[in-house]
Amino acid sequence: MTEWMLIAGMVFLTFGPRYLPFSLAGKVVLPPLILRALNYVPIAVLSAIAAQTTLVRDQKIDMTLDNPYLIAAVAACMVAYYTRHLFLTIALGMVTFALVKWLWL
Amino acid sequence: MQVNSSRQILMGARDTLPLIFAAIPFGVIYGALAISSGLSESIALAMSLFVFAGASQFIAVSLIASTAAIPVILITVFIVNLRHMLYAASLMPQASKVSKWIRIPMAFWLTDETFAVVSNRLNQDAEAPGFLWYYFGSAIAMYSFWIISTWTGITLGQHIPDMASWGLDVALVVAFIGIVVPALKNRSHWACALTGAVTAVLCHDWPHQTGLLFASLLAITLGVFLDRNTLKELRHD
Repeated sequence: MTEWMLIAGMVFLTFGPRYLPFSLAGKVVLPPLILRALNYVPIAVLSAIAAQTTLVRDQKIDMTLDNPYLIAAVAACMVAYYTRHLFLTIALGMVTFALVKWLWL
Repeated sequence: MQVNSSRQILMGARDTLPLIFAAIPFGVIYGALAISSGLSESIALAMSLFVFAGASQFIAVSLIASTAAIPVILITVFIVNLRHMLYAASLMPQASKVSKWIRIPMAFWLTDETFAVVSNRLNQDAEAPGFLWYYFGSAIAMYSFWIISTWTGITLGQHIPDMASWGLDVALVVAFIGIVVPALKNRSHWACALTGAVTAVLCHDWPHQTGLLFASLLAITLGVFLDRNTLKELRHD
């Protein structure tokens, strides 16, 4: 029963932040500076999540070459920069990770 | 203008496919983790069906495994989801064109992946016709695969218990890199990305993932400050 209550709480707290700005759309006009700031949202949030997942392993910062996430991330950055191809970046990044994790370490 | 809706739905789904490919391992590990942390199959699947927020589901499951109190789990889930508020805010102009009833599924299906795909499309053509169909094509594809991969993880997790330690979460990292790097077009973009990355790592031990939120806000502020248009306005004032 507590599990279902947890789900109900999570539904409320995940749907709420997603819906609130939509409910205000058309009623509130955002100032140009805020609109510009919103353009930076994907870059800021996704970089933060990716960097933290890559470099923080087991609650510690790991910037050594023994960290396969770091090597895969560097490879993915290079593929993304030179090809600008999303699927290729994901595929080569995952292959690099697998090679490093299973063959090198 | 006449819009071919099914074509837009398919385009939205197709453009989301690379990200779905990266999200599948994530869904599979989520399912496996949920079972290994003691959730029942129906609860694990219900979370994907009704909550539909990958990062929050992960955090909830790992907090359940570490026997955290329910209020702690809920606060963390809320903070992790605040980024969706920023996503929704940047889609407000599109939301203002549709009825309240359409905005509900739009909000429910708003994820990192769908937001990345639709905002990319809006950057190319802000007035793209059939945007709503494109949005739902992306969202429904993401939702279906999320549920299928969760269910796969729940099933496999009972047979392969150590799957969660394979490091499949690397898929998320490389997918986000694949979205961000090609989007970096000028100095303010680069400054924003680097600030977000460095700050998030340095603030990783802040409670309830608040470091992530702080890093994002700092990066956005710096990006706007270095933005050529902001500098122009400042000079005029």
